[in-house]
Amino acid sequence: MSTTEIETRERLQPGAASSAVLWEYAPSLEATDHVKVESRYNLFIGGKFVEPHSKKWFPTLNPATEDVLSEIAEADAEDVNRAVREARQAYDKVWRKISPSERAKYIFRIARLIQEKSRALAVVETMNGGKPIKESRDIDIPLAAAHFFYYAGWADKLEYAFPNRNVAPVGVAGQIIPWNFPLLMAAWKLAPALAAGNTVVLKPAETTPITALMLAQIIQEAELPPGVVNIITGAGATGAALVSHDDVDKVAFTGSTDVGKRIQRAIAGTKKKLTLELGGKAPNIVFEDAPIDQAVEGIINGIYFNQGHVCCAGSRLFVQESVVEPVIRKLRERIQTLRVGNPLDKNTDVGAINSRAQLEKIQELVDCGVEEGAEIFQSSCALPARGYWFAPTFFTGVSQSSRIAQEEIFGPVLSVLTFRTPEEALEKANNTPYGLSAGVWTEKGSRILKMASKLRAGVVWANTYNKFDPTSPFGGFKESGFGREGGLHGLAPYVVLS
Amino acid sequence: MSESLTSHPQSSYAPALYRRSLAEALEMAHGVDAVAAEERAASLAKRSLKKDSKVWGLKLAVSMIDLTTLEGRDTRGKVVALCNKAIRPDPSDPAVPHVAAVCVYPTMVPFVKTALKGTNINVAAVATGFPSGQTFTSIKVQETRETVAAGADEIDMVIDRGAFLSGNYQKVFEEIAEVKEACGPAHLKVILETGELANYDQIRRASLIAMYAGADFIKTSTGKVGVNATLPITLVMLEAIRDFYHVTGKKIGMKPAGGISNAKLALAYLVLLYETLGSEWMNPDMFRLGASTLLNDILMQLKKERTGAYQSADYFTMD
Repeated sequence: MSTTEIETRERLQPGAASSAVLWEYAPSLEATDHVKVESRYNLFIGGKFVEPHSKKWFPTLNPATEDVLSEIAEADAEDVNRAVREARQAYDKVWRKISPSERAKYIFRIARLIQEKSRALAVVETMNGGKPIKESRDIDIPLAAAHFFYYAGWADKLEYAFPNRNVAPVGVAGQIIPWNFPLLMAAWKLAPALAAGNTVVLKPAETTPITALMLAQIIQEAELPPGVVNIITGAGATGAALVSHDDVDKVAFTGSTDVGKRIQRAIAGTKKKLTLELGGKAPNIVFEDAPIDQAVEGIINGIYFNQGHVCCAGSRLFVQESVVEPVIRKLRERIQTLRVGNPLDKNTDVGAINSRAQLEKIQELVDCGVEEGAEIFQSSCALPARGYWFAPTFFTGVSQSSRIAQEEIFGPVLSVLTFRTPEEALEKANNTPYGLSAGVWTEKGSRILKMASKLRAGVVWANTYNKFDPTSPFGGFKESGFGREGGLHGLAPYVVLS
Repeated sequence: MSESLTSHPQSSYAPALYRRSLAEALEMAHGVDAVAAEERAASLAKRSLKKDSKVWGLKLAVSMIDLTTLEGRDTRGKVVALCNKAIRPDPSDPAVPHVAAVCVYPTMVPFVKTALKGTNINVAAVATGFPSGQTFTSIKVQETRETVAAGADEIDMVIDRGAFLSGNYQKVFEEIAEVKEACGPAHLKVILETGELANYDQIRRASLIAMYAGADFIKTSTGKVGVNATLPITLVMLEAIRDFYHVTGKKIGMKPAGGISNAKLALAYLVLLYETLGSEWMNPDMFRLGASTLLNDILMQLKKERTGAYQSADYFTMD
């Protein structure tokens, strides 16, 4: 490109509310040649990879290209049986008996191995899930390692976590995790369970199982006693078999509210302990005295991070009426500068939608928003021909009763509503069956404290959004679930106190 | 080099047209969240520029440089050498554009004017009691007039930080307006000396005051204090420019200066500019980089892109 092209190309309006591009960033692709994705993955049971009893394997895709990455074993009820049996044996014979500092040693080892293999894990996370490499590289994988490090530290200090109580593990935990943060969710589930002395049967989501199976290889390499962690793959039926298995003492599930309710029904009347981390429809509330440009960044991060596949996504934006005009204008300009495309490109901001089914669900709700009369704004970015894609979108003129203001879309779609007073903001923000998270944007400290105390949400972020740390508990109010993950609170579901 | 990249900026001297009140400036000066602003700047600095896009950016960066020497020991010989570098940064590669301007102290202006005769490179001079600005307004105005008369196309003034920090925004505003008037046809860059303003709220406020008082450019620093240009400071100023443009329709230029010493950092500034203000600002009429050692590092990178190998520093002239 020569300098003369600078003025021959169309010059954009400031803020770039147009699709013309002056400065084309050359593709900057993360290398994939150092990564080995196996053509077939079996079930990880009793410390070994074993063929499924079902003799069935299903394909797993790269959602950005629709190419098949690998074949994944489908665990049936007999496989679940085997896995739970191994977990029970490992619990009775090894894991509950070894000294807590020994347990810590193994968990630290897993953490270090994740760090060592972070590059490969990030690339596979992006290939299998569609998320931008900058997110898997800078957020998913480092946070996963941080969770293991954090809970490894607790393993031999449980009596300080729960002073003056006797602390015992629960037993065998059946854990089911979603597809939006595959490795990170595995870390959230495994680390506290192992630190407290439980053994685990973990089922990753059917669309994104590969990094969990790479974690199984790491667990092998860390020489964790066989059976302490078992990782079985499959769809809903596998999960249902695990949840209702008689010898599972504790069920932990992260996923949709609908499935969460079914799990709760399935285990009603049993001794099983349960934690659920379910859906959300989080309010992100912008007051007129907010730092506007930073609030706009927070709104963007809140809803377009990981293509909006985030249970705590700030999907309902409440803007005080006096600043609606600048906020909407800045949002329109800003979504235009989001770089949508190849998730392996280091400059990509928004990657591929995780699956065809999810893409269809997003499209259906967006169509519904248009039908209900809301005004739609969409980035005019070019979308690749193959793969599953959805342009960053937001709606204005959304009313509280709209489906797009009520239902979790789990995609890059934001609903904008307005309010006049803090009381109205609170009332509308809390007027939802969900209560996972919320955001407040204001320069006024006292207002932050007041809002945080009255918002019915497990996490309230002030002048920031989507911040996670292993030391900070995370979980929901109302139909967003119960139980906490992360921090000291995250240990509680995995111990029996007496 | 094309005409539009190198022509002298058109004078926008028409105070009555756009100079507005201090009250309007202060009304727009809402707070800035430091953590979030720094995060945004850091995320943009992570953009990965390769191949053509890198070369394009580096050449653009060269064309935006205000090649600067501001020392008590500057002489005619020194500034003439700098001018020659400005005209032909890399004699071995004619594809490398010339820089935007040469920036000197007022007494050096006549030498620069002569040396740059026949080129499209502007003569920029610091005035108004640079760098501290601790002198009388009448002297600042007089200095500006004489510097313009001596041939400066652009004046880089410093704001009265003492007045600003003590809350006397009126004085800051009026002084900028007076200096702008004294500039006549010359372009006015207003240096906020952000390193002395303590926080982003103040930087945004000072940016708005300068723009409402008539600045053509706002500039971060003199290069004479501990903290000079940083990416987040520049981001906050660019966002103020964007808001000012929206309200008034007038496009103000931006000049980060001081501490921008390598090619990678220069590219990060361009990314920040591109993704905040868009392509309308991606030219030397709207964006400058105040730097002295930056040029050679960019030349080194360009040569590496051309030849595939880094050359010894001995192959790049020290001026």
